[in-house]
Amino acid sequence: MSSEQSLKAFRRDGRIVIVGASLAGLRAAEALRDEGFTGALTLIGDEACEPYDRPPLSKQVLTGWVPADGTALPRRREIGAEWLLGVAASGLDLAGKRVRLADGREIPYDRLLITTGVRARSWPDEAEAALDGVFVVRTRDDSGRLRERLDAGPGRVLVIGAGFAGSEIASVCRERGIPVTVAEVAEAPLVGALGSMIGSIAADLQRAHGVDLRCGVRVTRLEGDGRVRRAHFSDGDAIDAEVVVVALGGVRNTEWLRDSGLAADRWGVACDSGCRAFDINGLVTDDVFVAGDVARCPHPVYEYRFLSLEHWANAVEQAQVAAHNMVSPPTDRWPHLSMPTFWSMQFGVNIKSVGVPVMADEIAVTQGSVEERRFVAAYGYRGRVIAAVSFDNAKWLDHYRQLIETAAPFPPSCPTPDRPADMKPVPADFPDPVVITHGATVLVTGHEPSERRVAFVRPGPLKPQEKRS
Amino acid sequence: MTVAQAPSTLQRILDYSSRADPYPLYAELRGRPVARQEDGGYVVSTYREISTLLHDPHLSSDAHSLEDPGPALAEFGDPPAFIGLDPPRHDRLRRMAMRHFGPPHSPTLIDDMRPDLTAIVTGLIENLAGRDQIDVVDDFAYPFPVTVICHLLGVPREDEPRFHRWVEAIVALLDFDPAKDPQERLREGVQARKDLRHYLAELLRSRRGRPPGDDLLSRLASDEGPDGRMTDEEIVSTANLLLIAGHETTVNLITNGVLTLLRHPEVLERLRREPEMIIRTVEELLRYEPPVHIIPWRAAYSDLTVAGVTIPKGSRITLMLASGNRDPAYFRDPDRFDPDRRDNRHLGFGSGIHLCFGAPLARLETQIALNGLVRHLKNPRLVADPPPYRQSAVLRGPRHLLVRQG
Repeated sequence: MSSEQSLKAFRRDGRIVIVGASLAGLRAAEALRDEGFTGALTLIGDEACEPYDRPPLSKQVLTGWVPADGTALPRRREIGAEWLLGVAASGLDLAGKRVRLADGREIPYDRLLITTGVRARSWPDEAEAALDGVFVVRTRDDSGRLRERLDAGPGRVLVIGAGFAGSEIASVCRERGIPVTVAEVAEAPLVGALGSMIGSIAADLQRAHGVDLRCGVRVTRLEGDGRVRRAHFSDGDAIDAEVVVVALGGVRNTEWLRDSGLAADRWGVACDSGCRAFDINGLVTDDVFVAGDVARCPHPVYEYRFLSLEHWANAVEQAQVAAHNMVSPPTDRWPHLSMPTFWSMQFGVNIKSVGVPVMADEIAVTQGSVEERRFVAAYGYRGRVIAAVSFDNAKWLDHYRQLIETAAPFPPSCPTPDRPADMKPVPADFPDPVVITHGATVLVTGHEPSERRVAFVRPGPLKPQEKRS
Repeated sequence: MTVAQAPSTLQRILDYSSRADPYPLYAELRGRPVARQEDGGYVVSTYREISTLLHDPHLSSDAHSLEDPGPALAEFGDPPAFIGLDPPRHDRLRRMAMRHFGPPHSPTLIDDMRPDLTAIVTGLIENLAGRDQIDVVDDFAYPFPVTVICHLLGVPREDEPRFHRWVEAIVALLDFDPAKDPQERLREGVQARKDLRHYLAELLRSRRGRPPGDDLLSRLASDEGPDGRMTDEEIVSTANLLLIAGHETTVNLITNGVLTLLRHPEVLERLRREPEMIIRTVEELLRYEPPVHIIPWRAAYSDLTVAGVTIPKGSRITLMLASGNRDPAYFRDPDRFDPDRRDNRHLGFGSGIHLCFGAPLARLETQIALNGLVRHLKNPRLVADPPPYRQSAVLRGPRHLLVRQG
């Protein structure tokens, strides 16, 4: 059979299995049907409920505007799939082309899409994490339970970690009139994602809304008697809190792939820009694809660096590229080149970014007023624009996306009508990425080109409050 | 010897004889996506370039940014409404108006109007029953949005004959009617704007000292939001804009909709069976026969480069929205009316920070109007195709649309 014929046969009655039934998995399934795939489609998900949308879980669900079970993702079309929900995948047999499930079943596939995403990083001390009143927010059950607790009007909420999720949860608390303390190990909120200039603006924003913001401190201990009562900080201080929200970022769900032979580790599953997974040696596979939060994919605009993006839009766009490539001939493959975008709603401000700020060496305000907390700032890297962030000015970001895509010079020079008082670039000042990605990941064995192979170094357990990427 | 210059493509588009079908001329324009005109202005006609410019912070809506503002300064009045301003003034005024129109402060306002809109449409349709021939414009598509915008703003509906004349003269300012002396058109337009402003200022004054009503004028007059309160001048400018936009555009969208459906009876039939299809149908209408064809001018605030052409600071830029909507480089099979089109990111409401303020209302009005009409018209036929058009090349739509039924 020619490769053309076999592709045709696969499109007609092949078997595609998607592991991970959330945003990326669902959108990929829909895109596969849009592409004309008529074979068998199986979606495997460890949660028992149908796919739902996560952005509202740290916002509208917690304010009470949207019920937790009112977040089901809208369906763009019928997908005619077999759903295996409430059961996790536990292993992958690449050679035998089978997914192993936690209940012992084995699901054969012709092509596989991995969209297992990320879970919340839990509080490292298990006994403290088990105290009643200690939450993470990743699933809709998490969010629903936290909302009930907020409804009861706790005396104080402690949020550990001032990234986007932690900041949004703190914002909801203030909106609901609940006293809240935010503890962040870095010098300011959002600093890991947006750098120290935006971080200091975010810190002012939090304090202006009555947040008890404590930066540069770790939470050393949670104290309680079955229920959490009190938290101790590294500076010796302590506070009473009835609710503690652990917002320390995510852990990529790759453990089930540990012995699969894929390049899957704590940073995700590495793949090419066409979403084809790499095996442990960095060789591209033909039948295994990756999309969404768990994927780690090189971006040509960013010096072909591998980017792991936990962004809603990235999941949607990457799923579409993966689906296309899964059922198309090699001559018609798409690269996943879309610009990363991200948004957050906190303390009444819409924060949106485009590009990859963390790579920047400089930042300059280009439009609006920092003082009024409505502005756009561009990030520069070696004299070109590589990202931008807006506070209540999101409609301009399309322009900055084009500046990034055309490698426009930084700082952008031409004046706009809404000129800021100070447009001088300042250092972007991100926490040292070495702190984030320290340590070896693999060891190379063998000598001859035919025998050289790679093996993972098993990472040790994460230390409390280790910086997340 | 003098040689008469052949008219440019743009001039031929503006000529009334092209009104019924400007689309072949738009295709001609797209041969040069960014075309410098003899008068130094630039015409942009392709989807991506229009979209790029509408998101470019160097594109100004303030007539003062034009090297030669000409009559543009007169269009939006003084002080201008937010449509004729740049950030930050634009953002502040639009934000203050939006507090009383949409999310996040008034998230349900439009949807709550649904019963009223349906009742108005039902009433108008009842008047059509038993008539062999109707004029979709005069009997339906004009009175409906006018009634709605009057109610929303708090302008007495019975004053319509008075302000209608002013609105016509103001809209003519946007236009290029060769039959009319430009100076006279300008004089009439400026006078009409004065009259309309005076009328609205009187209305506003009458609101003061009374308990605030539900209408936008009252709400703006009594607002105490985070941006403070609009000055009376600003309220009048805003009301002025919304009154004009609210009744000069939706009429085109509804009428173009009826015309297009009668030209595509298979879609009309489907719509009768699947009323929920109206949402996609209206989006496709906004692409295929949009109510606003042209943004007559924007200004280059700095030098800007688009599609390899550098437009110097101070230049006038004309954006051909309806041409962008038919650009085959962006829309597959663009001259086909296809309500099933996916990802229909049309330019029917513009794009960027000046995206049509009233878009959610216009959508709902048109959805209700068209669904109501297709259900009730019995065996409708066009009396004339093409119908007679209004003068305007900018706000393009039929002047009358005679339909026979029964």
